[in-house]
Formats: sequence, structure tokens, C-alpha cells
Amino acid sequence: MKRTLTSAAVAAALAALSGTAAAQISDGVVKIGVMNDMSGLYADIAGPGSVTAARMAVEDFQKTSKAGLKVEVVGADHQNKPDVGSNIARQWYDVDKVDAIFDVPTSSVALAVSQITRDKGKAFLVSGAATSDLSGKACSPNTIHWTYDTWMLANGTGNAIVKTGGDTWFFLTADYAFGHALERDTEAAVLKGGGKVVGKVRHPFPGTDFSSFLLQAQASKAKIIGLANAGGDTINSIKQAAEFGITKGGQNLAGLLVFITDVHGLGLQTAQGLIFTETFYWDLNDDTRAWSRRFAAANGGKYPSMVQAGVYSSVLHYLKAIEAGKTDDGTKVINQMKAMPTDDPLFGKGSIRPDGRKVHPAYLVEVKKPSESKGPYDYYKIRATIPADQAFRPMDQGDCPLVKK
Amino acid sequence: MAAVIQAVGTTAGGAETRALRLAFLAMVAIIAIAPLAVYPIFLMKVMCFALFACAFNLLIGFGGLLSFGHAMFFGMGGYVAAYSAKEWGVTPELAVLLATACTAVLAWVAGLLAIRRQGIYFAMITLALAQMVFFFCLQAPFTGGEDGIQSVPRGKLFGVVDLADNRAMYVFVAAIFLGGFLLIWRIVHSPFGQVLKAIRENEPRAISLGYDTDRYKLVAFILSGTLSGLAGGTKSLVFQLASLTDVHWSMSGEVVLMTLVGGLGTLFGPVVGAAVIVTMQNYLAQLGAWVTVVQGAIFVVCVLAFRRGIVGELGALFKGRKLR
Repeated sequence: MKRTLTSAAVAAALAALSGTAAAQISDGVVKIGVMNDMSGLYADIAGPGSVTAARMAVEDFQKTSKAGLKVEVVGADHQNKPDVGSNIARQWYDVDKVDAIFDVPTSSVALAVSQITRDKGKAFLVSGAATSDLSGKACSPNTIHWTYDTWMLANGTGNAIVKTGGDTWFFLTADYAFGHALERDTEAAVLKGGGKVVGKVRHPFPGTDFSSFLLQAQASKAKIIGLANAGGDTINSIKQAAEFGITKGGQNLAGLLVFITDVHGLGLQTAQGLIFTETFYWDLNDDTRAWSRRFAAANGGKYPSMVQAGVYSSVLHYLKAIEAGKTDDGTKVINQMKAMPTDDPLFGKGSIRPDGRKVHPAYLVEVKKPSESKGPYDYYKIRATIPADQAFRPMDQGDCPLVKK
Repeated sequence: MAAVIQAVGTTAGGAETRALRLAFLAMVAIIAIAPLAVYPIFLMKVMCFALFACAFNLLIGFGGLLSFGHAMFFGMGGYVAAYSAKEWGVTPELAVLLATACTAVLAWVAGLLAIRRQGIYFAMITLALAQMVFFFCLQAPFTGGEDGIQSVPRGKLFGVVDLADNRAMYVFVAAIFLGGFLLIWRIVHSPFGQVLKAIRENEPRAISLGYDTDRYKLVAFILSGTLSGLAGGTKSLVFQLASLTDVHWSMSGEVVLMTLVGGLGTLFGPVVGAAVIVTMQNYLAQLGAWVTVVQGAIFVVCVLAFRRGIVGELGALFKGRKLR
């Protein structure tokens, strides 16, 4: 370790002395580690698809780049366990010479990896994890939070639904810290937009039977039933709401953490009328359509989730920053990434804030009725577009120590 | 009494004691040399799980009590150590001791309730208690809910040795593991351990001999829970985090798996089992979805082909050869 440090220092000194612009790439290879849940709950949202997305980003980068970088992509399964994830991260950085880690769904794992990345001075680009702490209290000069976060979901869904007519709300909340936080943030957005919360009920986590809670929600006559829960709880509550005919009765469900893969799994018959926020949909424009078809062909016919799109976009920008900055030193690359505006076919033009938050527009989508859909994955109607500067939490409200007030 | 005499007879046999000592020396040698070849943090993880499995084995292998809730001790130990090190800034040895003390109390309460029943009912009571602890950890503000307690400082041992250095941390973990292991060895071969084995073989007979079996079982339960807490507390310092994974019921299942694969009721079995399972989780992580499949297949093969576990089968092999 010491020897590599010294030789790196010597190399750096030599390069500086001779004034050449030779790229300083550690071990001559940029090694990208995609770490996520390959077999469990989030395997469809991220999983092997994220590795495919990273490989596509490398391909596309090599087509246009003249830097001749050698790039390698490796993947691993953190099984949603922070200690497994933290073990992989340390081993990747210490032994396997990985330069940057991407994706990492599951907030507890992402927070752990973020800390390790900071200690080792590498780069961490989060696409899969939701917690807005990553660009708030736990922000780091080595971490960029790319695709979405809980504040954006709560605010986007809460605010935009109120603006498009859904002004009375009833919350169905998972009874633990994450559910409470989602409910609190969404409620704040609803009230700010001029809406009203007519009631809320907390269900045990994880829950299987939501019937009594759903009946209360139905009886409240609220226009929107907000599902402040995640994963299996959301799926089960949507399924049971369909059985009670809640959507047919004129009420809409608003999911706070829903992905296109969930809609695909539920089917339009069950999921129709569900409203939620995403930052990427494959059917936005010609670029996203072309890319998504290519992705689906490489991913067994499955269309990309926003997390997988985020991995593509973050890998692409990371490599561009290495080309521009001529180094793969973690902290320097992150600074370079923040300094450069982002531009890619999926998220369009965007930027990265000093607190490590990547900003781009978000979309409030409503799931189509089966009769409106023209085929597989034709699922969303875009109800509203939230511009990039309003989609994410303002920097001064995040309590990020990197940002001076 | 026959069981007691037999138990004393087998464990006090000169050849076996010698074999155990040799195995222990070999283990110490491996622990000393391994970090040169293998990634030290991985080894520390193995040692934490090995201690956890040994503590669990003390209860099931020597006391015959199948607990399905040991994650509550392991996880709680982790939370207490992480919280005290991060929020109160105590030194690592104090954090680990606090974790151990808290789990001892938890084990005492859980034990009082659980040991009143045997077999499947005992397992179910421990599972129920562990679920209660899980929900407590999910809801209590100090555990950080889903996010867990993150970026725990490793601190300075006795205020002097900086544990941020992996080598110092390795020695610290190795000392805790070997200490815990020797303690279990001593317990198993003490008169208390002999009575415990007698209870495992035939509880009514142990009662008829005048032993207050409930008290023996309670003490065994507390010892096992406390050592699990010690393992959990140490693990949270190694990884600098404590999370819901360690209190989840699947962790209780994992420790059963480790003990079974290694060899139930053998001293070294849980160590080998923990090493095998943790290695699989670690090095098969690249295989993605296949990890659980491979793990399941190994479990099935283990139960079908060598039911005594790796170490148990090896022991039987040696014994068989000697008899011939």
C-alpha cells in the first residue's frame, strides 16, 4: 500500500514536473464496481440489469472517446445486508483495485458504503438507494446521489398531485422510521400546495392484511390514498385496494416508492389509476426509446427502471469526468463531475450540486387503464413534469455539512 | 448418572484432549498466519460469526436446547456497542463490555420465560421473543430504524491503541474470539458442563438425581446469550455499523445453519461452519442469485450425507480408524 502510494506520488510529481498531460489512471485500468441486490427484493429494479446498463455506458463512452481508457466492469450482490455490502466495498477498494462503486440500493448499505468510500478517498455514485440523507446529514465529498431520493418522491408526488386536482389525502403508513419520514415529507408538501389531510392510519411492518386500513381509507372519501410504505407492503396494499374496487370508486392511490417493474408485476388491471413519481420513463422521447429498446434486447426483454437508467447515466458522466480531468483519483473525479454539466440521452441536461445531489426533471405519472395501453411496458400517462430546480430538496434545507450557509 | 459418567469418560479421555489441544494450536496458528494471505476484515467477520456460532452451540450442542431467537442477542449486542461508541464516545473495550452486560440481562429475562418448555415450544418462545426485540429495534429511535447506526468510530483501545488500523483491530478481535472460545471450552468440560450434557441426554433422569435442571438450563441460556452479545458487539465495531440484519430472524436461522454444517456438539464445528458459510456469502457474492441456491444445496447435502457436520464426521472417521 505504502509502496503504491509513494510510486503514485512520484508519478504525480514527475508528471507535474515534465508538464505533460499524461492521464493518471491507477493501475492503468478504470475499474467500475456495480453493487446491488442481485437475487432479492430489488433484483428487478437494479440487479443484473444495472450491470448491463453500466456496460452499455462503457461501450457508448468508448465509441466517442479518444482517451483510450481501459475500463472494466464488475458486479456483486450485497444481499441487502449492510455488513456484506461493507465487506465487499472494503475488499473492492483494498484488494481488487476498484475505483468507483455504483448503484447500491437499500439505504443502510448505501450509507455504509458512502462512509467507507470517504475513508478510502474513492468515488461512490448512488442510483438505487432512496434516503435523502445521502445529500443531507450524511453527505460526503466522495458521494453523488444520482437518480432519486425520498424527499423528491414525497414532494413530487404530494405537491404535483395537489396541483392536478387531488387535494384531499388519506395516508396509509408503514409503522417504522422510513414510513413515518415519507408520510411527514409528503404531508408537508400536500399542505404547502393547499391540500388537506383528512386522516391517516399506520399499519404494522411488514404487513400482509390491509383490509381494515383500506376500508377506513375508503370511508374517509379522500380523493387520494397515499401509500407511505415500500416494497412488498406497497404491492400488497395495491392488490387489496383493487379487490375492494377503491380505484373504480373514484379514489386514486398514490404510491411513494413504486417502480415500473412493480407495475409490470402487478399488471395494468390491478395497478390502473396508481399515481407516483419517477425521474425516468422509457417512452419520454426518441433518445430514451432507442436506448431502452437496446437495453431490453440485452436484458432479456425487460425494460429499464429509473435506477438502471441512473446507473447508465452516472457511469457515462463518471468516465467523461475522468477523460476531462485525466485522473481517476476518487475525490478529484467527483469534483470534476460536479464542475461539468451533465448531458446524456436519458436524463437530458442536468447538473450536480455541491452537496452531491444530481438534479434533473421528475415526472408525475399515472398508470394507464388496460384499454389505453398499446402493449407491454406502455404503462404511464405523464400527468405533470416537475422542473429540475423544483424537483429536489433545496440545498440549504438538507443540513449537509459541505454546504456553507 | 450413566450419562454423566460416559460424558466425563469421553471428554476426559487422554487422546481426545490431546487432539483438541492440537486442533486449538492449529487454529491459533491459522489465525496468526491467515491475514498475510486473506483479507483481514473478512477474517474478522469469520471470527465474530464463529464466536456467535460457538455460543449458540453451547446451548444446542451441549444443553440440547434449540433456540430460534439468538439473533436478538447478536443484534442487540451490536446496537448497544455501536450506540455507546458513537453517541457516548466510550472506548471500544467498554462498548463491547456494555454490549455483553446488556445482552446478559436480556438473556436472563428471555431465559426465565423460555426454559419452562422443551423442544419445539422452546424454539417458538425464543422466536417470539426475538421478533419482539426485532420490532423494538425497528421502532426505537436510537437504532436508526432501517438505516441502522452508521459510521461508528472504532476508537482507541484503552485510550491508547488506535483500532482504525486493521492490524490492531484484528488482534483485538482475535483476542476476544479466542477468549470466548476458551471460556466455552472450559464451561463444556466443567462439572457444570457435564450436568448440562446429562440434561441433554435424559432430563427426567437428571431431575431424579437431584439436579435442579431449570437452573442449569437458565445459566446455560444466559451464558450462550451473553457470548452471542459479545460477538455482536465486536462485529459492529469491525464493520462500524449496526443494522436490522443482525436482529432479523433469518440471522437466527443462519447460525443454526453454521452450527449444523460444522458439527453440532463439537467444539470446533461451529468455527468451521461459520467459516464455510461466511466464505460462501462472501466469495459467491459475484454469482448473484445463485448464492442462496448454492447455500440451500450445501445444506441439503450436509443433512443427507453427513449429518454430524464436517467436524463431527471427521471426528467419527478418526475414532473408527483407531478401533480397527
